Amino acid sequence: MTELLITATLILVKLILIFAVVLSLAAYMVLAERKILGRMQLRYGPNRVGPFGLCQPLADVIKLLTKEDLVPARADRVMFLIAPGMASLIALLSFAVVPFSPPVTLFGREIPMVVCDLNIGLLYFLGLSSLAVYSIALGGWASNSKYALLGAIRGLAQLISYELSMGLAVVPVVLSAKSFSLTDIVLSQADWPNMVRHPVAFVIFMISVMAESKRTPFDLPEGENEIVAGYHTEYSGMRFGLFFVGEYINVIILGAMVTVLFLGGWHGPLLPPIVWFALKVLAVAFCFIWTRGTLPRLRYDQLMHFGWKFLIPVALANVLVTGAVMLAIGS
Amino acid sequence: MNLWRDIKGTLQAYAVTFGYLFRKPTTIQYPEEKRTPAPRYRARMVLTRDPDGRERCVACHLCSAACPVDCISMQAAEAPDGRRYAAWFRINFARCIFCGLCAEACPTLAIQMSPEYEICKRDPLSLVYEKEDLLIDGGGKDSDYDFYRHAGIGVANRRGGNADEYGPVDPGALVP
Repeated sequence: MTELLITATLILVKLILIFAVVLSLAAYMVLAERKILGRMQLRYGPNRVGPFGLCQPLADVIKLLTKEDLVPARADRVMFLIAPGMASLIALLSFAVVPFSPPVTLFGREIPMVVCDLNIGLLYFLGLSSLAVYSIALGGWASNSKYALLGAIRGLAQLISYELSMGLAVVPVVLSAKSFSLTDIVLSQADWPNMVRHPVAFVIFMISVMAESKRTPFDLPEGENEIVAGYHTEYSGMRFGLFFVGEYINVIILGAMVTVLFLGGWHGPLLPPIVWFALKVLAVAFCFIWTRGTLPRLRYDQLMHFGWKFLIPVALANVLVTGAVMLAIGS
Repeated sequence: MNLWRDIKGTLQAYAVTFGYLFRKPTTIQYPEEKRTPAPRYRARMVLTRDPDGRERCVACHLCSAACPVDCISMQAAEAPDGRRYAAWFRINFARCIFCGLCAEACPTLAIQMSPEYEICKRDPLSLVYEKEDLLIDGGGKDSDYDFYRHAGIGVANRRGGNADEYGPVDPGALVP
């Protein structure tokens, strides 16, 4: 009984910690993105609220919370109201399987530094990232607006296409770790990160992940210059804020996933494991922002061509070659 | 499809944006740092004086006629020596679009545009400037120009009938 209670308390503590860290990190990702993009465009970005603009996320939240929460008159009310919550929730749920540090021994107990070490953690993550489509689809559909619907349709098509190449890109990782558990995958990278062992898979995964997070080169679902704001055109106030925060939570989650699958997770010299993990996640997040500051948006047909005619065949070939090589060297 | 060229082109863009990350931003942090406008910058209108220190404005209404938004109004009056002047002169800067047509229309170079660009006020009525607010002490951009010395001083003697008069202005050289 006490054993159960302690385990439950530990899980609760870990959940609260992850919740707090991920949410505040997402808020500061917004600031970091605005500042880095600003510097890339030779301007400062927000620097008025607090020192170096560090209170800007707080001001943003206050603004979003106090804005009117509009529901279009002919919208599907229930769907419209729950869609933004889904966006953030699904992004947050993925963090349950991410191992961010090796198990810590505290008071003679070994505490795994992951909320739930599922033996199919990778599939759980892939499943949740497919579910993320629903928030876009429902939000766009329920808005009863042509722009929102167009954005939602684009989002659906894009996410389904790039899910395939993402799934295929992680197959070599699973092959070399011989496990779907993310902890095992990290442990299998103790000497070499998968980025070195599977460079092609890494590049494909990075590109797919950028498409998955619906950010520039692949932000067609919210392409401002033709469909206003895409699937969240009709949203205002904190409901828009939830979509927005969901996007940044997604960036952190996907950064964590890239770290776990390809960058060797918490492995690294000198610094403590948790610091290495955080550094790698932030580096991936910086790459996302960097890409946003660099590349223009793809055209819709280019997006589809790139996904179906380039990434998926290359990913398939990569799976075959990797499998053949592993069979040949018998590892 | 030239794949190598495409990859190179994509990666070069990353190098460019990364380099820009370490450049100094060009932003002027407005309330703390201010740009110094050029001396001939064309912002808020002023009324200038002639070399003798008298008002140049002869209340001819050309500026208010030229004004596309009708923000200039005045009342003409005549001094005992026959000189016209504006009894009151008013520019509503809440309406002014700073097009400069009034300064162009002015035959006496009285109304000129100055580099003062900070005229934001909370109360729009305080943007209505009277003659006292508009008058400055100097002659502005062409401080030696004196309309009456070309046009005839006073109406008693016609043009050319006064000793201290100048000849007509060459319009081709009338670059202020």
